Amino acid sequence: MFVRLVYESFRRQTRRKLLVAIAVTLGATVSTAMIGIATGIGDKISHELRSYGANLVVTPDEDNLDVQIGSVDLKPASTAYLEESSLTKIKGIFWRNNIVAFAPELQVNTTVGGEPVTLLGTYFAKQLHFGKEDFTTGARTAFPWWKVIGVWPADDSSDILVGERLAAKLGFNAGSQVTINGKQHRVSGVLSTGAAEDDQIVAPLALTQEISGTTGVVRKIFVSAVTKPEDAFARRNPDSLSPADRDRWYCSPYPQSIAYQLQEVIPHSRADQIRQVAQNEGNVLSRIKGIILLITLAALFTSGLAVSAAMATAMFERRTEVGLMKALGAGYFPLSMIFVTESVLLACGGGLVGFVFGALLARELGRAIFGSQIIVEPVLLPVILGIAVAVTFAGSAFAIRRAVKYDPVLALRGEA
Amino acid sequence: MSRTTSKSAMYFRMLRRAAILRKGQAAAALAAVIVAGAAGTAMLNLYVDVQTKLRREFRKFGANIVAQAKSGENFPPATLQRISTELGDHGLAVPFSYAVARTDKDQSVVVVGTDFNSVRQLDPWWSVSAWPKRAGEALVGARAARIINHNGQPFTLSVQERALRFSEAGTVQTGAGEDSRVYISQSDFHEWTGMNPSVIEIAASGSPADVSATIENLKLALPDADVTAVRQVTEAEANLLGKTRSTLLWSSALIVCIAALCVLATLMGWVFDRRRDFAIMKALGASDRLIALFVAGEAAIMGFAGALVGFAAGIGIADWIGHANFQSSVAVRFSVLPAIIISCLTVTLLATLLPLRLLRAIQPAMILRGE
Repeated sequence: MFVRLVYESFRRQTRRKLLVAIAVTLGATVSTAMIGIATGIGDKISHELRSYGANLVVTPDEDNLDVQIGSVDLKPASTAYLEESSLTKIKGIFWRNNIVAFAPELQVNTTVGGEPVTLLGTYFAKQLHFGKEDFTTGARTAFPWWKVIGVWPADDSSDILVGERLAAKLGFNAGSQVTINGKQHRVSGVLSTGAAEDDQIVAPLALTQEISGTTGVVRKIFVSAVTKPEDAFARRNPDSLSPADRDRWYCSPYPQSIAYQLQEVIPHSRADQIRQVAQNEGNVLSRIKGIILLITLAALFTSGLAVSAAMATAMFERRTEVGLMKALGAGYFPLSMIFVTESVLLACGGGLVGFVFGALLARELGRAIFGSQIIVEPVLLPVILGIAVAVTFAGSAFAIRRAVKYDPVLALRGEA
Repeated sequence: MSRTTSKSAMYFRMLRRAAILRKGQAAAALAAVIVAGAAGTAMLNLYVDVQTKLRREFRKFGANIVAQAKSGENFPPATLQRISTELGDHGLAVPFSYAVARTDKDQSVVVVGTDFNSVRQLDPWWSVSAWPKRAGEALVGARAARIINHNGQPFTLSVQERALRFSEAGTVQTGAGEDSRVYISQSDFHEWTGMNPSVIEIAASGSPADVSATIENLKLALPDADVTAVRQVTEAEANLLGKTRSTLLWSSALIVCIAALCVLATLMGWVFDRRRDFAIMKALGASDRLIALFVAGEAAIMGFAGALVGFAAGIGIADWIGHANFQSSVAVRFSVLPAIIISCLTVTLLATLLPLRLLRAIQPAMILRGE
């Protein structure tokens, strides 16, 4: 009888049920999409923050001071180097998947057309492999704001890039020939960075090593890694921690722990965070995450209210029905059970459909805004269903209680 | 005349009595409108304000414009003043002068003269143990401190055979070039080397368009300098801000939609629920137009009152979010109010007149019989 009542109620009152179901579905859609965005935004913004470039720098342990003013390196040739062969090991550290890019740097002082010029050697988009993994890295991904008019030189070529200020001063443009150390080199493009490189010549690392007469060495490695904002725990010295805490520290993607791991794989090195980038990105990330989280709460609250309101309205319309059932002798409890079951069924159905729509919406929004999908974890489904049931129940509870309390006579005469 | 007055008196009496007699439902409907108004206001205010607030956060990345004297030259002393006047209160200009000094162990180190108070504001990421306060005090980079290695003892540096003694006030660590340098105050630097600043770093506030305009103005004002945008900072900022704005816009749109839905559901139910009243009115001779006017009047009052209260509540919510996330208030934008009132009125009128049209097709007798 109970099942039949509920079944018939759905069969005969399709329009009314549909309205509530739409409300629940839309509420669940918005909630799912917003929760998806709120949980995914940290990850997305972390990746977008990589447009600030490297946040870690690796230098030789026994380093002497950089004596550099602007673009000009005033120091006699340095003796402290890092081995180029250890570069690929960066892809072997614990947080290798968080390393977005890295670029080595080797500076040489040379003269071009009688002018002293700093020659900077780096990777542009170098093919490397570590173990079975092949990957491409270099300045193009590590310093995304570098712009070239012309083409980027290949890493194994002897082509070079000339900084825009230097190019303007010496009258070079893409296609010119430049003589460095008695050898002709083709300028494949003019580089604009808005920083010291504008006054320098940037060349593939191998060519720079050849010009400087060094083999297999670099001066610095810039590493761009996705990190977690540092907190008090991140600033602790790992050697002073208990083994359990040390593992937790080591396995968190703090700038400090990634720096520590870089130091482990690159012999005689010292890794530091570039504070301008590393410190500020945590700040920006937490602000953006915070605002999205608060807006998600607002969205959850509003969709809860909308669903409750729709439910309450639908319930209120059915007071004659309630009156009739009461006149036929239905008790308080079985009556309430019928309505509660109906709400739960509606909530589950609407919640399920809404979850699917919400997941699709979040995915499309992620693709439109960040160019990569926001994936809503299936783990969220029970949470969304739980919220949907709770909200529809809360919305109907008040109306059910009122409906059940009506005097059947008044309700049937339509005077309630 | 008296007929018209009594008619309008009756109209208002009906509106009033309807609200009083069914106050529970009227309150529920009004609450829905308030929620929608509040959601709209909060989202509009936040959307506009968050950009300003985030830009302030992005300025912590330091200078976005650099003015460099042509190579090998210095800026005349008046230049900094000119840049500061040009910027007004929309930015901060910090001078830097560079020289290579030798330590008493005959090692080269770059000495930089600057204004410590401004640097503190420009580069808040500098990790400084103690800032110099007096003349003759120096801020030593973390790497430089290891080379100079005086354990905080005073040390001597010489530029062009002129030696000067400095005491170390503290060390600075940034992970970049600053670590290898020694920072002293601009006045000490000028007295010692006779050189003026050669680089002026500028943090200009405002949108990308404002920053480009500032660059153009500075180029005109300083023909003998290279003024360039720090692309690393400006491009990353534009990228991040754009993406955050889109996310916010979409989220706000979703919330406003769901709030409007809440109003639609509540008001439609409310009208359907009162079909018996309308049937009686019709049976007593009211025209469809009069009933529509009556319902529209109710909806308009509800929309207007809901929008006003919702606006106040929305401002409160936006302000709370501003404090919770940015520790600063969100500016109240009264320019949003007309938009909120108009959209609330549109939604309430739509939500009431639409079901009324459906009811009009039905004979009053059928409704009164409960069919």
